[in-house]
Amino acid sequence: MRHVYGWLLLLPAAVLLIGFTHYPAAATLLDSLFSSGTVVRPSRFVGVDNYAALADDPIFTQVLWNNFWFALGTIPASIALAMLMAIWVNDRLAARTLVRMAYFTPTILPMIAVANIWLFFYTPQIGLLDQLGALFGAPSHNWLGDPHTVMGCLVAMTIWKEAGFFMIFYLAALQSLPPELEEAAKIEGASRWYFFRRVTFPLLMPTTLFVLVNATINSFKLVDHLFILTKGGPNNASNLLLYYIYQVAFSFFDTSYAATLTVILLLLLATLALVQFQLIEKRVHYR
Amino acid sequence: MKRLLALLLTGMLLGASPARADTELTFYYPIAVGGPLTKVIDGLARQFEKEHPGIKVNPIYAGNYDDARIKALAALKAGQPAQISVLFSIDLYELLEQDVILPWDDIATSADDKDWLKAFYPALMANGTYKGKVYGIPFQRSTIVLYWNKDAFKEAGLDPERPPANWNEMTQMAAKLVKKDASGNVQRWGVMVPSTGYAYWMFQAFARQNGHDLMNKEGNRTNYAHPDVIAALQYWRDLGAKHKVMPEGTIEWGTLRQAFTEGKTAMMWHTTGNLTAVKDTAKFPFGVAMLPASKQRGSPTGGGNFYIFKKTTPEERNAALAFVKWMTTPERAADWSIATGYVATRPGAYETAKLKEYTAGFPQAVVARDQFNFATPELSTFQTGRVRKLLDDAIQASLTGQKAPADALKAAQQEAERLLKPYR
Amino acid sequence: MNAGRALETAAAWLLAFLWIAPLLYAFWAAFHPAALATHFDPLAPLTLDNFRKAWTYAPFARHLLNTMILVTMILSAQLVLCTLAGFAFARFDFAGHDIAFGLVLVQLMVMPEVLIVENYRTMARLGLVDTILGIGLPYMASAFGIFLLRQTFKTIPRELEEAARVEGCSMLGVLWRVYVPLARPTYLAYALVSVSYHWNNFLWPLVITNSVNTRPLTVGLAIFGAPESGVDWAVISAGTLMAVAPLLVAFLLFQKQFMQSFMQAGIK
Repeated sequence: MRHVYGWLLLLPAAVLLIGFTHYPAAATLLDSLFSSGTVVRPSRFVGVDNYAALADDPIFTQVLWNNFWFALGTIPASIALAMLMAIWVNDRLAARTLVRMAYFTPTILPMIAVANIWLFFYTPQIGLLDQLGALFGAPSHNWLGDPHTVMGCLVAMTIWKEAGFFMIFYLAALQSLPPELEEAAKIEGASRWYFFRRVTFPLLMPTTLFVLVNATINSFKLVDHLFILTKGGPNNASNLLLYYIYQVAFSFFDTSYAATLTVILLLLLATLALVQFQLIEKRVHYR
Repeated sequence: MKRLLALLLTGMLLGASPARADTELTFYYPIAVGGPLTKVIDGLARQFEKEHPGIKVNPIYAGNYDDARIKALAALKAGQPAQISVLFSIDLYELLEQDVILPWDDIATSADDKDWLKAFYPALMANGTYKGKVYGIPFQRSTIVLYWNKDAFKEAGLDPERPPANWNEMTQMAAKLVKKDASGNVQRWGVMVPSTGYAYWMFQAFARQNGHDLMNKEGNRTNYAHPDVIAALQYWRDLGAKHKVMPEGTIEWGTLRQAFTEGKTAMMWHTTGNLTAVKDTAKFPFGVAMLPASKQRGSPTGGGNFYIFKKTTPEERNAALAFVKWMTTPERAADWSIATGYVATRPGAYETAKLKEYTAGFPQAVVARDQFNFATPELSTFQTGRVRKLLDDAIQASLTGQKAPADALKAAQQEAERLLKPYR
Repeated sequence: MNAGRALETAAAWLLAFLWIAPLLYAFWAAFHPAALATHFDPLAPLTLDNFRKAWTYAPFARHLLNTMILVTMILSAQLVLCTLAGFAFARFDFAGHDIAFGLVLVQLMVMPEVLIVENYRTMARLGLVDTILGIGLPYMASAFGIFLLRQTFKTIPRELEEAARVEGCSMLGVLWRVYVPLARPTYLAYALVSVSYHWNNFLWPLVITNSVNTRPLTVGLAIFGAPESGVDWAVISAGTLMAVAPLLVAFLLFQKQFMQSFMQAGIK
């Protein structure tokens, strides 16, 4: 009887989950094995042709690299900053509430609003960054229009948005640390840096791993800003996988190729899930 | 518990009612110029309804051209009503391939209707015609024009009433117009041509001026790698890289107008759709000229046409015809042109009293129309999204110095060939 | 306070200032005439013109209503569905519950917006394209919510359940009378996280909505900021501020609760 009850309770949620997560994932896989159909040329089974096309697609390769650099640029920096912010806020810092609010506010803003604001910073000549630079005699630079700087600019903006969010997790972890540790360290004359390096940082490791995985998943999901800032340009220098999927599906109407790309994205996310499972489960039990 | 349930139910009910109103004609349209133009369209719709009882019009603002295409097609695929839409003139082949549009010839059958079909500028009909049938009725159309800052010209010792007539003049004048500060940083550039957003559109102008169009009439062949076309891209690149009269890298479409009105560039190439906005915000006298020539003058046309969809009943089709004819009378074409800066789509509009008066006081407004003599249809082919993106990417790659123009264009042409061959 | 500490405090303040500066800048641009958006003159006159203009360019009031309906709808459904599912996982050892839980957790990685193409098709088949229900439906069964509530319910002592049973409560009665009240802090925390997330969600609403009647604030803001003829900074700033104002104000008033919620959610 317990079994029936259990499944009944789960049923509504299960229906929705299957309908919008598991079923579409399977359907996408199936879709990727067919060609896109239009009314004039109907769809047909093509097996792994679409996957072969991936290898020939320079934009696909570019997009994967971009996702990689984007993750590499945003994740370590936001985690480091988040840890720093949490430590500062956790201390008896003057004006601590205001400081904490300042760090966390970007998290409350939608990415679209953030992009609108930062588009202005990066505009050449009349934008804020160039105007500040002009005060110091620096020449104007086409920040978003230069393939060498566009990624850096997007990374900076993303760190600004995300660091405060991760700070919260570190704050929670810090507050659960026993205060005796710090007192003991003080008695033994350890410097604050030493204490941080040998005690705090290792104790924060579970949080760090959790934040790491979270941040990586986010880096695949976060493409809102591209709609406002660069639309993936210049020449795909800032294009990301999920945005490319959107372009292929809704601008080119090539649903099968979009499905193929989505399968790749799913594989990447699945790999991350496995990594998280292995790493975190083991580490947490270690402590 | 009760309150929670009530809240939930209300939420679901409110949410489940679709966005359809009880109307006969639903149409998606893009706004391509900033401003309260949704109000203008709504006002026009209400006025039409008053004059034509029995027809209701439901205009839906869809964003920019890309959004409007995506939304209209998505609505059709999802079985939602949409009888007409203002879409990019170049969406023609996509719409044909999806088999969703009707030629207006099939509906505009009376003698009066046929006269109406002939009343528009031929240059504007080119993009909307396929195999002799008219699929798109011009509504908000534009060409690219050269805006120039007369005060800046005076300052640089140039005649403020004489814009550059050809590429050489433009390069030379731009060089004189570049202003640097004490530390050698550029305060004002000579000319700016935007290369994000609609880079291919701007490039069509360069190519046409150098003697070549980028695609054929059937929409199944592109011309990206012709030597004249490569030379045109090289010229564009040289403006920034060699002559240093333009910033290197891509120039943002959205912020260019503001850069011009703030005096950061003395000349700009931009859509005539910006005319009213520039007029309202520029604090200096400015001129509007046809684009400079190389072997000839040239500019692509741009903008949106009215399309009518296949999934319509005979009553809806008649209503749609009445509505579109009403929206494109000379009087209304004149009104729309004045409000937005777009070109009025038919010669008759320029004969109306109000447009005559307007252009007498603001002669910049007719430059775009005069350029029709040198106009070429906007880039449009089958697989149009991909084919255009190939060109956009090639242009951006060249302007940022990542690839030489010849390499970039040849690669783009190869890909485009692969995509278009099945259509021949 | 020694020099090292003072330096650290200064650094923390500097970072805080850098962090809040962009938003302050948007405020500056929105309240000053357009010409001053790119120049910084501290004594310049304030104006509400930009807000007036932005208000006419896009139907913010409608977008606000849509967003409020959307987050309320999603949250209500989530509370019900996740409570039931969380209860099932916490207290019922039904056959296959391990696998089921694993499958639930998949959604933590694979969110509906990753599968936009297929989910769009499903919505089209259900006739829910361009409806607010269509925006919310994929999110109503939230793996995160189920997970949180399962953890919370597990910590509630069995004796309480037994006591209620003795008094003749049905199973759902026990859920309603014992578990739900005791999980109130979790519900509150979850509510804040869910509202923040869905208020700011963009990609899926963009794909599924076509018209003004259903677009939430984020999509309205994106369309508003992207006309072909170019952007006007001051007006964009004003529009952006109007779009973020509700959530921002709520956050400023209830800072502590917001942060506690995210922290609680994080610990679990």
